[in-house]
Amino acid sequence: MRMDLIQPFINAADAVFAESLQGPTKIGDLLMEEGAYHRKGVAALIVIKGDIEGRVILDLAPDVALKVAAILTGGEVTDSEQVVRETVCELANMVIGNSVTLLNDQGYRFKVFPPEIHMNDQGLAGSRDTEAMVLAIETTCGNIYLNIAMHHLARRRRERDSVPVSS
Amino acid sequence: MSQFAALLRKDNQPVRYLVVDDSVFARKNIIKMVQLFGGEIAGEAGDGLTAIAEYNRTKPDIVLMDITMPQMEGIEAVERIVRQYSEARIVMVSSVGYQENILAALQKGAKHFVQKPVKPEVLYEILRYVLSDDAALAGAPVALAGEHRS
Repeated sequence: MRMDLIQPFINAADAVFAESLQGPTKIGDLLMEEGAYHRKGVAALIVIKGDIEGRVILDLAPDVALKVAAILTGGEVTDSEQVVRETVCELANMVIGNSVTLLNDQGYRFKVFPPEIHMNDQGLAGSRDTEAMVLAIETTCGNIYLNIAMHHLARRRRERDSVPVSS
Repeated sequence: MSQFAALLRKDNQPVRYLVVDDSVFARKNIIKMVQLFGGEIAGEAGDGLTAIAEYNRTKPDIVLMDITMPQMEGIEAVERIVRQYSEARIVMVSSVGYQENILAALQKGAKHFVQKPVKPEVLYEILRYVLSDDAALAGAPVALAGEHRS
């Protein structure tokens, strides 16, 4: 697990939540987890493939999503599955878009797949080597959870490792 | 009371906006902001193809265009709109703000770029800037409400 690949997602999420929810945020403890991810609420799964590969899960409780929706739209929202889905999707898009900008400017090239929204009771399967960074960001609307598993593509990693280091 | 002086056309009419984004939330958020700036919503679209149709129908003063959308992405929609209406004023609004994306949009004819989440004060300044080039808005250049013009 490379923190230099994880950090842009954390920074972007923190900045996006603080700005879009118009309030202070606090990043909770970082934990490492392996295996399937068990949702806490409604989750958006975003897959990344290219120079770096992995996935990001953004997860929040439906009542938190409704509070977020009310702030994003500047008014009352109806309590519906559709509103919750769209809210989680929009937050995920903003976080990923901002993270991608940071990583792209560092020279990484990759494709980001559209968010998949998971609301059913099943966990999100992890591959055998899925080691993820898990954290909660406290916002004025409640906790928003991030689960980030990201690594260099092996070929790219070998290329990087083969570059001689000048003394 | 709004902290922003209204952005008006030179004929003192509200600036008319076409807001294009596949996210209903993003559209509502942008609409809320442009209304805060004294603007009027000419139309909305959730993808590039609908944006072109809406542009043809409403002839807005400004288009606020997302990049990543289903059916037709924002950059292609910009190219098609500008090909037909060279005077079109399109501001890209996207969470993906890396240089290649911005350059591609500007090369296709977009006037500016703003990254999501959009800060009202940033969007306001960008709109002021884009609207200040009144040569393209035949007969209806733009000024701040209350601004003296000789």
